[in-house]
Amino acid sequence: MLITKIKQRFPTLKNNPALVYLDSAASSLTPQIVIDAMNEYYQKYRSNVHRGLYDISLKATEAYEGARVEIAKFINAEPNEIIFTAGTTHGLNLLAYTLAPRLTHRDNIVLTRMEHHANLVPWQQMAKHYGFEIRFIELDTTSYSLLPTSFNVIDANTKIVSFAHVSNVLGTIAPAKEIIKIARAQSRALTIIDAAQSIAHIPTDVKDLDCDFLVFSGHKMYGPTGIGVLYGKKVMLEEHLEPFFFGGDMVADVTYADAVWNDIPYKFEAGTPPIAGAIGLGAAVKFIQGIGWEGIIQHEQSLTNKLINQLTNNGVQIIGPKTSNDRTGVVSFVIPTVHPHDIGEIVNRAGVAIRVGHHCAIPLHKMLRLTGTARASLGVYNTEEDIDKLMEGIKNVIKIFEK
Amino acid sequence: MSDPLYQEYILELYRQPHNKTVPAEFDVRHKERNPLCSDEVEIFVKFDSAGRVTDIGFQGEGCAISQAGISLITDHAKGKPKEELKQMTTDDMLRLLGLPNISPARLGCATLGLKALQKSINNPTQK
Ligand SMILES: Cc1ncc(COP(=O)(O)O)c(C=O)c1O
Repeated sequence: MLITKIKQRFPTLKNNPALVYLDSAASSLTPQIVIDAMNEYYQKYRSNVHRGLYDISLKATEAYEGARVEIAKFINAEPNEIIFTAGTTHGLNLLAYTLAPRLTHRDNIVLTRMEHHANLVPWQQMAKHYGFEIRFIELDTTSYSLLPTSFNVIDANTKIVSFAHVSNVLGTIAPAKEIIKIARAQSRALTIIDAAQSIAHIPTDVKDLDCDFLVFSGHKMYGPTGIGVLYGKKVMLEEHLEPFFFGGDMVADVTYADAVWNDIPYKFEAGTPPIAGAIGLGAAVKFIQGIGWEGIIQHEQSLTNKLINQLTNNGVQIIGPKTSNDRTGVVSFVIPTVHPHDIGEIVNRAGVAIRVGHHCAIPLHKMLRLTGTARASLGVYNTEEDIDKLMEGIKNVIKIFEK
Repeated sequence: MSDPLYQEYILELYRQPHNKTVPAEFDVRHKERNPLCSDEVEIFVKFDSAGRVTDIGFQGEGCAISQAGISLITDHAKGKPKEELKQMTTDDMLRLLGLPNISPARLGCATLGLKALQKSINNPTQK
């Protein structure tokens, strides 16, 4: 794969030749073909979907539904199992609000210690209302992997197991299949995967994972902002999940007294959807498939190893697994004598964009006794030179602070 | 060559902050958080009967800029009347820090200590 050519496909990189973008875990950049797909909609067939009998509306509907088909294939789902949302946070809130009311004080739900606030705070709020207990799968703070000996927090009263496939702080890959098997065996708990950090970096096969729900955001997979996906197993969407928003498009029939729901997935998509966003996300999926998983994984693993080695060699402490096999290219680190904010400031002088702070995971940082971390995260467009630039910045940080 | 932001006195205050203690006696305290990085500092102030600061200290970790800022503002506050401290502006704080041209991203760090002090005077949480 010719990565230098890939850089050329991202206008933000073309327009900022000095930029070293190492913050893809927060939001990835968008390739020209995704922008083109959305522009084409706005410039050539801008209209609503599912409503017009005229040509451009039919074309818009075709493009919108075509994106759904692409995304379904990408995660090995059926098109009617794909619900468009505003993103991961939206999907997780929708699930929390709809699934929690059936829980009581006798029930528990299971999360992990490495969740993003988006997969923690909604459940905390629901627990206040419905009285269920929240349990956590523990983290081994030496290897930064989830502790299998703590999987037994899942018991006969567990109704929901919801976890990040990949931690946005540690880069740790959760043993998703194993956790889901245990959830099924113990209590037939509903299983939810937060795929925000995995979707663009490791292949996702919902049939193989056997999860009930899976959520992700378009903007972390080279797609536009404001769009995301809630995947639900057909039987879950048809029989177990009630609509959350009500209005147009989601109904099959309405009287002044009541309404009958439309089929899936439409009963979950009330109102005019983010049409351009969905079309853009479809194009982003094609972009990823165009490069191919083998190339992506090989490229990102080799850069992750280089990044970890270089940081470690300079006395920087990695907060996460040390080898690329059990992790993705989200690499958080600390320099014991320097606050992360100062690291971010100094590397930015060399045009290097990294994230510093708690990365929407305050409890995890507190548990690890860290006020914050600096985080470099990779995308397909990153190169060895990007890492060299980061390391120049890091050496400069050390020079300024350790004289 | 000295760094425009990380000048030696800033780094010195970061390594060895001033007034980083809880005073034996204090009248008000306030916890202030920088929303960007969630750094948190708590300030403790004792006044005399005329409303002048007689003792001041703080607790909490932060970046070099916020630790230097809170060191300098707590030094500056000693002996000053409440009313004068309440009038201080962001620009006053930046002058105190010697960093008049700090980037907007770091403004929150530079003024964290000043904000904590002013809030402790305006909305005091009693000890
Ligand atoms: C693991 C994880 N979950 C959820 C989210 C929330 O995603 P979004 O902000 O796109 O809703 C993020 C993104 O920061 C994430 O990394």
